Amino acid sequence: MTRTRYIEIGAAVVAVALTAWGASRVLERMVSPVPQQSTAAAAGSAVASVPHIIATLYYAGSDGQSLAAIKREVPLADGVLAQGRQIIQSQLEAAPMPYVSVIPAGTTLRAFYVTDRGDAFVDLSPEISTAHPGGSTTELLTVYALVNAVTTNLSSVQRVQILVGGKEADTLAGHVDLRRPFERDTSLVKTP
Amino acid sequence: MLVLATLSLAQGTAPATPLALITREGRRPIPTIILNSQEFIALDDVASMFQVAVREDALAGGVTVSYKGRTVVASADQPMASVNGRVVTLPAPVARVGRRLYVPIDFLPRALAPIYDAPIELRRAPRMLVVGNVRVVRVVPRIDAVGPLTRATIEIAPAALVSVATDAGRVLLRIDADALEVGPTPPGTGLIDQMRTGDQSTTVAIALSPRAGIPRVSTTTTSDSTRVLIEVPLAPQFQDTNAAPVPPLATPPASFPTQPADALPLLPPAGPRLQTMVIDPGHGGDDLGVRGAKGTVEKQVALDVARRLKTLVETRLGVRVVMTRDDDRAVTLDERDAVANNSKADLFLSIHVNGALSPSVAGAEVYYLRLDREGEDARRNAAATELVLPAVGGGTRPIDMIRWDLAQSFHVGDSATFASMLEEELRKHIPMGPRPVQQEPMRVLAGANMPASLVEIAYLTNANQEQRAQSGDFQANVAQALYDAVLRFRSYLEAPPGR
Repeated sequence: MTRTRYIEIGAAVVAVALTAWGASRVLERMVSPVPQQSTAAAAGSAVASVPHIIATLYYAGSDGQSLAAIKREVPLADGVLAQGRQIIQSQLEAAPMPYVSVIPAGTTLRAFYVTDRGDAFVDLSPEISTAHPGGSTTELLTVYALVNAVTTNLSSVQRVQILVGGKEADTLAGHVDLRRPFERDTSLVKTP
Repeated sequence: MLVLATLSLAQGTAPATPLALITREGRRPIPTIILNSQEFIALDDVASMFQVAVREDALAGGVTVSYKGRTVVASADQPMASVNGRVVTLPAPVARVGRRLYVPIDFLPRALAPIYDAPIELRRAPRMLVVGNVRVVRVVPRIDAVGPLTRATIEIAPAALVSVATDAGRVLLRIDADALEVGPTPPGTGLIDQMRTGDQSTTVAIALSPRAGIPRVSTTTTSDSTRVLIEVPLAPQFQDTNAAPVPPLATPPASFPTQPADALPLLPPAGPRLQTMVIDPGHGGDDLGVRGAKGTVEKQVALDVARRLKTLVETRLGVRVVMTRDDDRAVTLDERDAVANNSKADLFLSIHVNGALSPSVAGAEVYYLRLDREGEDARRNAAATELVLPAVGGGTRPIDMIRWDLAQSFHVGDSATFASMLEEELRKHIPMGPRPVQQEPMRVLAGANMPASLVEIAYLTNANQEQRAQSGDFQANVAQALYDAVLRFRSYLEAPPGR
């Protein structure tokens, strides 16, 4: 086999890999419709060296009363469940400057699954409740950051129910009703 | 010195039937006089009844009546008055009789009402001056003696709940209203000796003949009116010898009972009135709620404000107040709803103090429940499957079936109204946040089977607001604002616009 032949085969393999990766992105709607807001935070991610998607995550804006929708790089994963876990893990991490995370520090993802009806269950560690600072405003931001992060980036998910420590919970901090699943709601999202 | 018109009939004459003042506190006669075929009321009586200031005004050429900075100038020369700069006509100008000044009684609804806090309505035919949001129902009684039965029919409009008490020799109806506007009362006929409508109360009493048997009472209510039908048969011992209709008795009985007997059957309880309110101080016990940087905790501020509000509502409105907690203890959200529902409360208010991730956030916010798809479905299904059960004493009573945890579904409209009133009253006293009224899925509101709202009175995460939240002045201002909203909502419940 000639050297040219090796180059052709290599190029073909790369092309197939790129095509498959692109197709998976389309199928999973990883590049979701995002409001016209800042994407500055997408730069400089630690996952830039591995395949990733651009997902929309939600953080407290500068006014402390609304959510900012920020595009960030999230590791590429295979399938809705795996990609959903990656998105939530990223949402649980610290916020990029100058935003503030609305998820209490120490909160981890215990499980994530989706029913045939498109209801997703996000099971978080108890810190989401026990370490929550409280107040209706902050609690609403926490709930809708999680709900919107999942429903915005995974088109197959229609509603999100938040579980705490593997169980249904009344509220995170005494205000917002968690007993039923939430649909996507961007009324708290403020365009910078 | 202003010279006022002095009418020729210097002393005037008393009207044949005194004008009755109808307020929530009851009914009492108002002294009026007739001058030149017009009915007048003395301005010093107006001053004491309505807490207005009256003074002769030479500069304005009449009499000035002031109330809370608002003014009416009634002319001494012309049959008119200026109300906040707008002219209204009157049947006659201000008159002087002896040392007293008089105005036509139309002055009250036409000139005083526009500057007064409460509605003032003059009902000429029943000779009533209705002040405030008072529920006055019209009662038209009728008696028919046909065959062996004597039938009394009492038409009540608008529809009202009626409690029926019967015992030997009488039937007494107590109508759920503040006052009755009673039509002509028929004379005793057949087996009914006398019918008398309550001059001082909201009762209609029917005295039965000694030959009357046990009366049968039924109540029918439509959207517009309530009809009480009382059918009085002849007592069995008279039936053999008195098969023909019983003639009316010549004279009414000497004594006429007016008080209902104890432990007599009653219809369902009263309608949409504010009789019981539940105040819910948020958090408590181990649940501190939001903590300020200087150590202020939400649970204590919420309790302090709740106690202040409780005192205001109980002492000023006479409304029963139930607290979901009156000390520092943990209460679950379900328990809070259970307290409200089991108390059959008419209003629920949850008091909280907010927290934000940014210390700059400040201001009060009001929440009422946002229904999700399931809540909307539950509300529709419940409305479609309403049950109607017979009520004790006659008539029927609709029973709404809805899941306990979706109880608020029926009340979201009224809750929105209450939230709006809370926002408007709070805004007069304390700063509001940028989203002052929000509709969100608040857990403690979902199970409340009555109009319900949640207020966040300040942000403890804001240094300035944390300091203020502890102060008695701030808490008193908040309690006053909440009280004012409750007062407005009570008026809304009793005379809701468009209902």
